[in-house]
Order: sequence, then structure tokens, then C-alpha cells
Amino acid sequence: MKALMALLRRDLGALLPGSSRGNSLLPLLFFLAVSMLYPFAVGPEPELLAATGGGVIWVAALLAAILPLDRLLAPDVESGFFDQWALRGIAEEVVVAVRLLAHWLSFGPFIIAAAFPASALVGIDGPTLHVVLLGLLAGTPGLAAIGIIIAAVTVGLKGGGAALSGLLMVPLAVPLLIFGAGSLSTGGESGLALTAAISLVLVAIAPFAGGAAIRAAREG
Amino acid sequence: MLARCAYIALTQNAMEPCRLAATELACRRGDRVLFSGLSLALEAGEALQVTGPNGTGKSSLIRILAGLMRPFAGDVERAGSMALIDERLALDEHLPLGSALDFWQKLDGCGVPDAALATLQLQGLLEVPVRFLSTGQRKRAGLARLLNSGRQVWLLDEPLNGLDDQARGAVEALLALHCGGGGIAVVASHQPIALPGQKTLHLPNFTA
Repeated sequence: MKALMALLRRDLGALLPGSSRGNSLLPLLFFLAVSMLYPFAVGPEPELLAATGGGVIWVAALLAAILPLDRLLAPDVESGFFDQWALRGIAEEVVVAVRLLAHWLSFGPFIIAAAFPASALVGIDGPTLHVVLLGLLAGTPGLAAIGIIIAAVTVGLKGGGAALSGLLMVPLAVPLLIFGAGSLSTGGESGLALTAAISLVLVAIAPFAGGAAIRAAREG
Repeated sequence: MLARCAYIALTQNAMEPCRLAATELACRRGDRVLFSGLSLALEAGEALQVTGPNGTGKSSLIRILAGLMRPFAGDVERAGSMALIDERLALDEHLPLGSALDFWQKLDGCGVPDAALATLQLQGLLEVPVRFLSTGQRKRAGLARLLNSGRQVWLLDEPLNGLDDQARGAVEALLALHCGGGGIAVVASHQPIALPGQKTLHLPNFTA
């Protein structure tokens, strides 16, 4: 338990916005920048913006979740942290599970908070914002889980890992996007429930998939 | 000299003697078999130097003994807690050395790092971010992490690289103390190093 807290504290220190590694404010700014650019690109008609704004927030959240992927696990594998943990009997699965929590904490709540100014920028109304917020709450853990699995799978790649993670993330996130953003048009709870269900499954398998991928990379 | 962490290691030894044995090990990298038919057995208090030119599999042997790499053939039998030092420091580059070491001290439950720091002359560097340390200083930082872990079986991959004569003497003294306290040390190094018992294993003898 003490070890878990030490791991979580280190992870949060490295991943939270404004932390010592310093550049993790970028996903948040990126998210706001996309929401700001959208009205400039499609024009200021309120009806068009209100009808499509929620979907744009979802796409922006997905893209923002891609940004931290190459720094998520690879530096710790390269500098020998995972070897040292293995020697101490701390399983890769445990480390990945803690990292998943830290990764979500470092972008999920901030994206949800940033959805308020973003909703004003793309001009969506209160009830729609309500569905967007619930959807992001249900969907961002799933996005974090996909992200961590991809970060683990691409851990052994020297160079080009960042671009590849982005490419892998997009198709895998499609189900979350369909149900998460789809709940906007149906206004409904079934979409949100399905989003949450997909998220739960992803969160449950991510530590095991990630741990196996890191062990496989070590053997190589 | 080595305060409480070394003491913890000693009391652990007293309860449960450590042992490291390998039988008929073979290691393959890509298409090449680096070595085969390698057996060794180390009891508490023994040290072994693994020698051989570059590329003969010293590091691979260390990783196999640590359980981080599967041998191509053979078995490794381990009793006791293991510690590894290799060229990868496992300290956060952007953090000051003190905080970076602190993370491992929390995990290993060791609260008395001062003695190790004094032996390795690191006290003056605690505020310096790890990425600004020189090669030799990095090596000494890794050794401080090793000492604080209070582990019984030390696996050291080229621990003398980049160290000056004084630090080299300190490492030899630490190894003597560790083995004297019932620990085991396996040191892969192409440089001469004074070890208790002066047991050596020349890897080219086991190449196919």
C-alpha cells in the first residue's frame, strides 16, 4: 500500500499540469484551441454550431488524450525503472494500473472543466452541455485506458512511436466516440450507459494488456 | 559505516541465508548463442567477478541471473532479495538527486541514507538535478540506491565504469563489507576489481 502511494505520488508529480516535467498543460490548451478554431472555420451560424459543437468537443478531447502518450511509459522503461520494480516484486500490472489512474487524473478532470469554456466557444446550450459533461465523465477513463495500452505496446519503438500511437488511438477510440458523441443526438441515457460500459471494460483490461506488453518488450 | 539499512540486510541474512545458483545456462541473442553450459553456485558471503571482452554476454548473464531475461536453456535458483545496477540509472532525470533517491527509499523502506551518501561522497550533490551529474557521479548515485535497498544479492554490471580511484576503492570496500555481512555479489567487469575470495568466471570459456 505504501509502495502504491509512492508510485502514485511520483506519477502525479510527472503527469499533472504544471508539474516538474512541465509540458503537460499542452493537452488542455490544445483542447481549448480546437474548440476556439472551430467557429472560425465553419462560420458563426448559431444553429450549425449548436448542432455540431458537442461532437467537436468530443473530437478535441480524443485528440488531446493522444498528446501525452509517448511520455507515458517509454521513459520509465528506457531508464530502467520497470527492471528495478520487477526486482522488488512490484508487478508491471500494478505499475500500469497506478499509471492509468494518474494519466486519467492528469487530463480527464481538466478536460471536463475545460468543456465549460469550450461549450461557450462552440455555442451549445445547457441541456446539451449536460450530456457532453456526463459523456466525457463516462468516456475519458476509456480514452485513458486505450492510451496506456498503446503506450505500452509502442514502448520498444525507437523514434516514430509518437506518431504511431496517434494513428493507433484513433480507430480504437471510435466506439467510445460513437456512443459518447452519439448520446448527444438521442439526448439519451442509453448512449451514456454504453460509453461507461466500454470504458469499464477498457479500464479492466488495460493493466493486464499493458503489463504483458512491457514484459514482452523487455525480452526483445 | 553503513548504519541501519545494512543492518536490516544483515538481520535478514541471519534469518534466511541467501543463495544464487545456475545450472547449464545458455544465452542466445538473435541467431548467436553467446554462451552455453554455464553453471555457478554462490553461497552467502561469496562474490564472483564475471570477465570477458565486450559482446561475450556479461550483461546478458547478469540480466538472466536477475530474472529479467529468460535463458535459452538452463535454470537459475534464487534465494534472497535481489538488487541490480546497470548502465540505466532508474532515477528521475529532472529531479534533484535527493528527491530522486528518496522515491526508492520510500519503496525500500529505508530511512537512513546518510551513511551511504557519505561513503560515496554524494552529500554535496543532493540539490543537483540528476541530468547534470557526470558519468562517475551518476554511477555513484546508482550505488547509493543499491546500498539503501538493503538487498542480499547484488548484481553489478560494470560498476567501476567512469569512477575515479578513490570511488573505486570505496566500491571495493562496500563489496567486502556486503559479503562479510553474508551477502552475495556478482560483478560483471572487464576491469580488475578486488573482491572477497577473488572468484572469477571467464565467459569466453563457455562460448560454443
